Amino acid sequence: MVKIRTLSGCTACIAAVTLSAPLLAGEAESGKAIAYDSRRGDCLACHAMPTLPDAGPAGNSGPPLIAMTARFPDKQALRAKLWDATASNPDTMMPPYGKHKVLTADEIDKVLDFIYGL
Amino acid sequence: MKGLRLAGFGLVLAAGVACAAPEDDHLRLVNYFKHKHADVKVADYIYGAFAYDPDAREHYDGVMAFPPYAGALAEGERLWRTPFGNGRTYADCLPDGGRMIAGNYPMFDEARGRVVTFEMALNDCRVANGEAPYTYDDAATLGVLAAYARSLSDGMRMNVRVDGAAALQAYEDGKRTFYRRVGQLNYSCASCHVDGAGNRLGAELLSPVLGQATHWPVFRAGERLETLHDRYSSCFRRARHVPDAAGSTRYNNLEYFHSYLSNGMEMKASVYRK
Ligand code: HEC
Ligand code: HEC
Repeated sequence: MVKIRTLSGCTACIAAVTLSAPLLAGEAESGKAIAYDSRRGDCLACHAMPTLPDAGPAGNSGPPLIAMTARFPDKQALRAKLWDATASNPDTMMPPYGKHKVLTADEIDKVLDFIYGL
Repeated sequence: MKGLRLAGFGLVLAAGVACAAPEDDHLRLVNYFKHKHADVKVADYIYGAFAYDPDAREHYDGVMAFPPYAGALAEGERLWRTPFGNGRTYADCLPDGGRMIAGNYPMFDEARGRVVTFEMALNDCRVANGEAPYTYDDAATLGVLAAYARSLSDGMRMNVRVDGAAALQAYEDGKRTFYRRVGQLNYSCASCHVDGAGNRLGAELLSPVLGQATHWPVFRAGERLETLHDRYSSCFRRARHVPDAAGSTRYNNLEYFHSYLSNGMEMKASVYRK
């Protein structure tokens, strides 16, 4: 009896650890954090985000990211832009974040949700 | 028969176009920049990104009045004047005593079938006079030596020549490197220094390709000697592309193409860059 309880206590413990690790990482890695991080999305290198006061100093190689829901009623079209911008514009300078595995699919979805709020 | 004649005609045409190609490339880019930034004089692109930013240009002029890297140039001059073991000097070895010649480099050496950069020519002098060549990317030796030796050509206009099929092949190879997208981020040199020139990448203003070859090495922040090949490596790293070692054939050919695009522009070694 005692043995079993210890065992199940232990299992619960491990489960809690494995569950909480990605959750914590997920919290630290908000779409905004990924987009701002110069070694990850680095979106600010090329795009201003005029509605966010902490978004500077931004580059201007790409258009300012603003009013995204109005400009991209189809969210999947916006995701496609992040996945591989060269598909819709072969001459674009924008890196193909998904196609070249700069970001994972999950990270792209987070960045997508973040910029869709701009 | 008709087919044969046609094929022959095609060949002649291709050869004619090939000879004109470097000058076509050059003129097309000059026109591109004249339209893209009508308010900037092409001759001012020797100032790189500073050409787009009058305030930064003023700062540049201030630093250039009292270059903080004067000590490095003095060391380069010392190396230049120190005779080889056999008593001869670089000035004895290079054409015209090494004055007003740096703008002829890189040049294509038919006999060796390869591009020779100015740094290679300096090392060739060493070897021809029984000395060991310097390591290509050693800032303390070849770096400062080239900084001084190039300054003997200040005011010369870049004058890179592409003559003959083999030279053209090296030029074309450099051109492919310049326009090919590479690395995880999928950038080409042209992404940043043609399409992106004048834009900001984060806080950095991007310089145009025209004039980029006229002033090497540069002193970053006025202190750190950076050679043109060092710069190629930093720019490749930005694309998350694996850089070459300085002096690689790919870099030499890139420098050949890249320098041709600065033809006619005034040289000044060395300069301050941010
Ligand atoms: C090196 C430059 C660069 C980087 C870095 C970059 N972009 Fe772009 N982006 C561009 C350019 C240039 C365009 C315009 C051309 C095009 O449509 O592809 C663009 C277009 C876009 C568009 C379409 C905007 C419109 O109005 O059509 C979106 C959305 C976008 N980028 C989001 C992002 C996000 C999010 C990131 C970071 C994860 C990012 N970009 C990183 C250069 C960049
Ligand atoms: C993603 C951006 C990017 C790419 C791609 C890139 N560069 Fe750069 N490059 C820069 C930045 C930023 C600077 C520093 C600001 C400036 O002078 O343009 C720079 C500076 C330079 C300079 C120095 C200019 C001067 O006068 O000081 C040269 C030369 C240069 N790059 C050549 C190249 C070549 C050749 C390639 C391709 C192999 C390349 N760059 C690719 C961003 C890039």
